[in-house]
Amino acid sequence: MTLSMLQDYWWMLISVLGAILVFMLFVQGGQTFLLCRSNGADGQSKMVSSLGHKWELTFTTLVVFGGAFFASFPLFYSTSFGGAYWLWMLILVSFVLQAVSYEFRSKPGNIFGTRTYDVFLFINGSVGCILLGVAVAMMFFGAEFTVSKGSILDTGSPVISRWAPTHGFEAIFCWKNLVLGFAVLFLARTQAAMYLLNNHPRKDAFFDANRRRVLVNGVIFVVLFLLFVGLLLTADSLQTVKDGGLDGGRSVFERVEFKYLHNYLDMPLALVAFLAGTVMVLFGVVRSALASHFTSGIWWSGIGTVLVVLSLFWVAGYNGSPYYPSLIDPSSSLTIHNSSSSMFTLTAMSWVSVIIPFVLAYIVYAWRAMDRK
Amino acid sequence: MNDLMTVVDWSRGLFALTAMYHWLFVPLTLGLSVIVGIMETIYYRTKSQEWLKATKFWMTLFGINFAMGVATGIILEFEFGTNWSNYSWFVGDIFGAPLAIEGLLAFFMEATFIAIMFFGWNKVSAGFHLASTWLTTIGASISALWILVANAWMQYPVGMEFDPAQMRNVMDNFWAVAFSPVAVHKFLHAVFDGWVLAAVFVMGVSAYLIMRGKRREMAMRSVKVAGWTGAAGMLLTLWSGDSSAVDVARVQPMKLAAMEGLYDGSCGEEIVAFGILDPSKTHKDDKDPFIMKIAIPYGLSILANHDMDSYVPGINDLIAGRSMNAEGDTIDTVSYAERIAMGKKSHEALRQFDRALAEGDTAGMEAARAGIKENYPYFGYGYLESADEAVPPVGITFYSFHIMVLAGGYLTLFIAIALWSAYKRRRLWEARWWQWVAMLSVAVVWICSEAGWVTAEVGRQPWIIQDLMPARAAISAIPSGSVIITFVLFAAVFTALLAAEAVIMVKQINKEEE
Repeated sequence: MTLSMLQDYWWMLISVLGAILVFMLFVQGGQTFLLCRSNGADGQSKMVSSLGHKWELTFTTLVVFGGAFFASFPLFYSTSFGGAYWLWMLILVSFVLQAVSYEFRSKPGNIFGTRTYDVFLFINGSVGCILLGVAVAMMFFGAEFTVSKGSILDTGSPVISRWAPTHGFEAIFCWKNLVLGFAVLFLARTQAAMYLLNNHPRKDAFFDANRRRVLVNGVIFVVLFLLFVGLLLTADSLQTVKDGGLDGGRSVFERVEFKYLHNYLDMPLALVAFLAGTVMVLFGVVRSALASHFTSGIWWSGIGTVLVVLSLFWVAGYNGSPYYPSLIDPSSSLTIHNSSSSMFTLTAMSWVSVIIPFVLAYIVYAWRAMDRK
Repeated sequence: MNDLMTVVDWSRGLFALTAMYHWLFVPLTLGLSVIVGIMETIYYRTKSQEWLKATKFWMTLFGINFAMGVATGIILEFEFGTNWSNYSWFVGDIFGAPLAIEGLLAFFMEATFIAIMFFGWNKVSAGFHLASTWLTTIGASISALWILVANAWMQYPVGMEFDPAQMRNVMDNFWAVAFSPVAVHKFLHAVFDGWVLAAVFVMGVSAYLIMRGKRREMAMRSVKVAGWTGAAGMLLTLWSGDSSAVDVARVQPMKLAAMEGLYDGSCGEEIVAFGILDPSKTHKDDKDPFIMKIAIPYGLSILANHDMDSYVPGINDLIAGRSMNAEGDTIDTVSYAERIAMGKKSHEALRQFDRALAEGDTAGMEAARAGIKENYPYFGYGYLESADEAVPPVGITFYSFHIMVLAGGYLTLFIAIALWSAYKRRRLWEARWWQWVAMLSVAVVWICSEAGWVTAEVGRQPWIIQDLMPARAAISAIPSGSVIITFVLFAAVFTALLAAEAVIMVKQINKEEE
């Protein structure tokens, strides 16, 4: 395999992990319902039980997503994490709070009380989703950074990647980024409600409450999603004219109108995935909200989400697009070809990636075994 | 430069804070999962309800602890990006791979099977459940393997070469990275340390239960399992610790010198069993480093080289360029002044390469490449102004090492007596004084474990990658205020959660038998 093929392959794996992560955020979405007093003790207990069995998989997917990004595109890791410092730190803190909350919330002696841990879960569910959406939105709407590898020899200030002085807050308060952030939040809430419908199909007050949640959150999500799609398809962005690659060459980009619309039109597979995914999500939401016996909406919506997010990563990184456009120095923009690991490392990691189907197989096997009774 | 150093120091502090909190929980997870696995295996074979109760009791404590390990672990992984972004680029091609493999191989295994371990008792067969428990144990150890491979690589960078065009190191031998002797010994030492820690924890908690008259039969069963686990863990920890000491002598002699407070080395060097350092001593004066000490003749030569007459260099020797070769012979090597000069030459050659690359001057690039290659082993010294900066904090390194060794010696004795008495003098466990000894030993084992990491990490300063990159060149371009706020935030969150965990643990331990 050539280096270019390996870079494409690893962007594909990052896309898959990102897509699965967004789907798995239904756990976070569900956590935002925990503070609703209308749940009642029974509803609360059902929710915690359903979400508590799954939270580790979402958490693990996030960690693996981060690790895979580090291994395959270390310049992104270095630039984004060290630059958008507060964005990532707030995401991390929210996940730290989640990691202990399910285990501690109902244990005697938890000091802070069950409600505090539920507030932690709410923070993780809301802040985590919004900020992850913001982080992904920067792949389309850009970020304020520069990269100068030669700076590593400046003993007084040796850092190669530099960011705007607000270190991530400027991204958090960019309205375009927030549109995607809130869209992710309401998608997660909608899917959480569909997951709870699937997990607790008995027709009772809890079931009815979840159907209402699908309707309300689904409508808000659709509005936000349409707004994001509108912004995306009309956005100007960068097109690679000359990719500097890994060998120290300077990358050259030009600004192109309707860049992501062109990308969808240039990549029919991405367009099909986007359209099919969107239809599946809408079908899952509409049927779950309107048909009282329909409880498999989470699968329709989940697969649809994976397809849409896959297509978003594809249009962000393929077809000559820098997946991390710099707003202040376009030549610093990161592409999958100028920010990746070396051919040796990508090859070694590709061999490791062969185990992914086995990992997925034992996860499915284990959970089927758990769900049989 | 001042703000740079403030950022460096606070970034170090933040990472140290996170790592030390993380290491409060990880060894207990590693060891307790083994003990729980053994107990469940006995239950599976005997179908004894007593063993089932013991398994579930310790499994509950395992779960509480595991959550905190997960919470602090995620921060560590991402801090490489947030606070050490230059490092992430400079060696990400090598360092990122173990982290990704850890996630793929270990985290999913843990996340999947731990759920069955806790929620699957009545949902899967007994055999499947037992397999899940052991797979969780294996997953935890695989996780430790890859993170320790990554850590060992920072201390002994192998399997890579520097690519001047990319201005970073690239991997050229995966197996050299994965199975370097430093990585293997570090992994074994850390995992077996976890067995010891968990064993002492189980014995301490069991002593408490016996003192309170609760679950006495389960407690004595637990002492036996923990005793065997602890004895095996201690023997293997001593063996892997000895191998690690030999590694340190070979690849990080300055760390070994700091561990011993050794300024001027000699053949047949003694080892300090106990000592008090003179805090005013520096490598520039002729003062005696010790206010008082008790030393064992030839001890350090034996530890470093398994040869009582071998030479062990001190801090002054290393700065002056006297060292020891792979066979343990004294050799003249490169002084620190020369290393600094060579480091600066490699920096200059890299600048020339960069200019030649921009101008498309192939001959210039090749000439510069040769200059870089010749001096690259000391690339990191190019960031230093004097040899003083290459000496780690001797006091912290010395005391943490000796605390670890003394505590390890005490724990060896404690485990031996505990295991023997569990079979031959059971009434010892009824004695109040012994119960207190067992309970206080829990604090000792944690201090021992943390001291080991302090030795390893402080002793390698100023290097984030031995000889290639000092911590000051590895940071992110963020204001010191941001790092300080993060430090305070994490200190508060971790401390609050640790307090919660401690109280929950105590409540679970005190819970009446159902």
